[in-house]
Amino acid sequence: MKQLSAQVLILGGGPGGYSCAIRAGQLGLDVLLVEPARAGGTCLHAGCIPSKAFIHAAETFRDSSGAGDLAAMGILNARAELDWPTTLGWKDSVVDQLAAGVDALLAKAGVNRLAGFGVMQDGKRCHVFSSEAELLVEVQADFVVLAMGATEVELPSLPAGSSVLYARQALSLAELPVTMAVVGGGYIGLELGQAFARLGVQVTVVEAQDRLLPAYPATLTSSIVKSILADGVVAHTSARATHWQDDALHITLANGELHSVAAEKVLVAVGRCPNLQGWGRDNLALDLSAAEHPGSALAAIAVNTRGETSMSGVYAIGDLTGEPMLAHRAMAQGQVAAECIAGRRREFSPVAIPAVCFTTPELVSVGETAGSAKAAGLSVIVQRYPLAANARALTLSGRAEGGVSGFVEVVADADDHVLLGVQAVGEHVAELVHSFTLALEMGARLEDVADTIHAHPTLGETFAEASLAALGLPLHS
Amino acid sequence: MSEHTITMPDVGEGITEAEVVEWHVAVGDTVAEDELLGAVMTDKAAVDIPSPVAGIVVALGGDVGDVLAVGAEYVRLSVGAASDVGSNAKTGSASEVPSAPPAIAQPASPAESKPETALPLPVTLPRRRALASPAVRRRAHEHGVSLNYVRGTGPAGRISHADLDTFLAGGQGAGAAAPELPGDRVEEIKVVGMRRQIAEKMQLAKQRIPHFSYVEETDVTTLEDLRAQLNSTRKEDQPKLTLLPFMVMALVRALEEFPQMNARYDDDAGVIRRHSGVHLGIAVQTDRGLMVPVLRNAQRLDVWGIARKISELAGGSRSGRIRRDDLTGATITLTSLGALGGIVTTPVINYPEVAIVGINRIVTRPVFVEERVVPRKLMNLSSSFDHRVVDGFEAAEFVQRIRSYIEFPSTIFIPS
Repeated sequence: MKQLSAQVLILGGGPGGYSCAIRAGQLGLDVLLVEPARAGGTCLHAGCIPSKAFIHAAETFRDSSGAGDLAAMGILNARAELDWPTTLGWKDSVVDQLAAGVDALLAKAGVNRLAGFGVMQDGKRCHVFSSEAELLVEVQADFVVLAMGATEVELPSLPAGSSVLYARQALSLAELPVTMAVVGGGYIGLELGQAFARLGVQVTVVEAQDRLLPAYPATLTSSIVKSILADGVVAHTSARATHWQDDALHITLANGELHSVAAEKVLVAVGRCPNLQGWGRDNLALDLSAAEHPGSALAAIAVNTRGETSMSGVYAIGDLTGEPMLAHRAMAQGQVAAECIAGRRREFSPVAIPAVCFTTPELVSVGETAGSAKAAGLSVIVQRYPLAANARALTLSGRAEGGVSGFVEVVADADDHVLLGVQAVGEHVAELVHSFTLALEMGARLEDVADTIHAHPTLGETFAEASLAALGLPLHS
Repeated sequence: MSEHTITMPDVGEGITEAEVVEWHVAVGDTVAEDELLGAVMTDKAAVDIPSPVAGIVVALGGDVGDVLAVGAEYVRLSVGAASDVGSNAKTGSASEVPSAPPAIAQPASPAESKPETALPLPVTLPRRRALASPAVRRRAHEHGVSLNYVRGTGPAGRISHADLDTFLAGGQGAGAAAPELPGDRVEEIKVVGMRRQIAEKMQLAKQRIPHFSYVEETDVTTLEDLRAQLNSTRKEDQPKLTLLPFMVMALVRALEEFPQMNARYDDDAGVIRRHSGVHLGIAVQTDRGLMVPVLRNAQRLDVWGIARKISELAGGSRSGRIRRDDLTGATITLTSLGALGGIVTTPVINYPEVAIVGINRIVTRPVFVEERVVPRKLMNLSSSFDHRVVDGFEAAEFVQRIRSYIEFPSTIFIPS
């Protein structure tokens, strides 16, 4: 059998794995990255990136097809036409460009790569197989970083097929269906469902819980739900999908009534779980007790702040280590693990990890929410500032009258005014999340934010205005 | 039915963890409001924890001997609608602390240690971690410094690079600049709990007080004879006498003439507080480190009473079951290493006191008594004083006075 050795073996080339590989390579370590597909993982190839391209295309199409708000601005264009294959090609070109960039960065950092499926034999040895299950090589490594990410939770009653799609397939549909049912009203289901609706598909969302976006507080989601319904999406909450047959999804409503939803295609987006199978986990002794989100029943690999698992020399990063399953968290963990392996003293200890929901309007949340702070017994000031009072928000809105929805909400310690969390809802607010997160990481107080001059006219002014109002010194409110 | 989590209370003084020393309840037991659940031991004292609500015990936070962080789950109760539920346990969860910490939160406590708070508090707020920017946190981590122990001078106690520099310059960094020899393994031991309290106290004493020490030899032959005689004739309810009670009595007598030694110097206020009562701190070595329980109003006790009280305080210190009141308020301290007493020690003053008297080992030595060489039992007294408020001459006189009482022990019992 062919043998290879490496100081650092990284299994999985997603955002966590490739970030870890780049940093480890930069630090002079001999790194081998094993990944069967192109580097970039779910995020780049079947998740965040293609879906954002898709969402942007859908929004642009809607705006320029007369269904949007352009008429209010006096832009009376001819009805735009959608050439879906070109849209797909454009989306793929964005992904290709980024994937080529990741390849180049890995090469520049001197990372060795092996295309194949790694199966750990023990804490130091890994067999790498080809896609035909042929054993290619045995790798002997001083350190192992597990970065195999997560997979979509599949519903046994709705197995993947040509009509029942999971998110990864939905982003590459050769043709747009006339009708589509989305099972799962979380952020993935709504981002994609809303985009499909904007492209003209009749979309019905089926959510088992009693409201859409149940992971977020209802106080944050109401304008999003309103906007999605305005895009023509039909929503059934407290409803369960039973099966799909003859272009119809059969569901049970809250009152027990059976109902069928016209659905040429079904998109299932009911969550993701750590990928714990198929890479030799049974040959390792890993503690699977990680569940960072209270109430999360998902098994995930437990790690300490350095990313070390219960096995010496074996690290795990990213979605494998549980919630929150976000690419930016994985990238940060990957860098910390690489630096620790290189002998540096590092720890993964962010004050907060931002989360963004790319629906229209967008939702961003970082740190404590008003509800979580109160549940934790913290004494807080909560202050909301409406985007409708922000000049830039109005100039960006095509709506004629008072149609700007959304807000920025700050949550701060009532005693010393240290910022504990910020949430925002509104169009384009995703880009504001970094100033929120930076403020939290720097330990900013409301006074720090209020006294920072925010450029006018920008959406970011809302952060300073909310802080001023929280201090009892409102200016534009 | 809902669950109510009782977290390890914040018992104040910057304490971050406490050891479970006793459970009064077991899983499945029904507890009433205010019923004692168990006891935990902090570095200062044992604290009983009552239940803020009525309910049935679902889970205990640890076994006896486990150390729990402040804010960690202590007891989980099932509180039912039917049972007699206290106001804290109403279905609203405002007063509940989640059983698992938030995803990102560290089980750490902030640097700002609160002033002494009433204890025990049944449920505490989660304590925020030290406030510092990512760059400061990273640098602190690289130096092995927990920011919980660094004083932040910024708004809301935020720790700046300069604050960290100050901390590191104070030599408190864990081996920041220690060169690692090939094959050397560095074990990091966090200075927490009682060790930290001792460290802070000693540092304070040595930073603030200009010490000087004075050593004198005393002849304890007569005293030892007296002690042997008393022990051989003691009654059953009387404790066996060590040298310590006699030392206490000699000290009490000497302090009648030197009240300036029985004092606490509030150097921030610039005030010396002389006490009429002798509240004698007695240094006791315990498994967890040095403790100084206080023998209150030693002047009121006879030799047997002092012996009894010392044994009570020492026992309480060693078992950890000592009242907080018994650990504060000393006006002068007596320290002894017993058989390990050595020839000379340089005791560190128990801040904010102004004097400490140390007892060295007793040795039998040949001594000239007039023309003859005779075996005598000799013992040195090593004492330290705060030179800001005590002059060398006074200190010498004070120690000579103690020596005179020790060498002629009957004079201890004769009013002057």
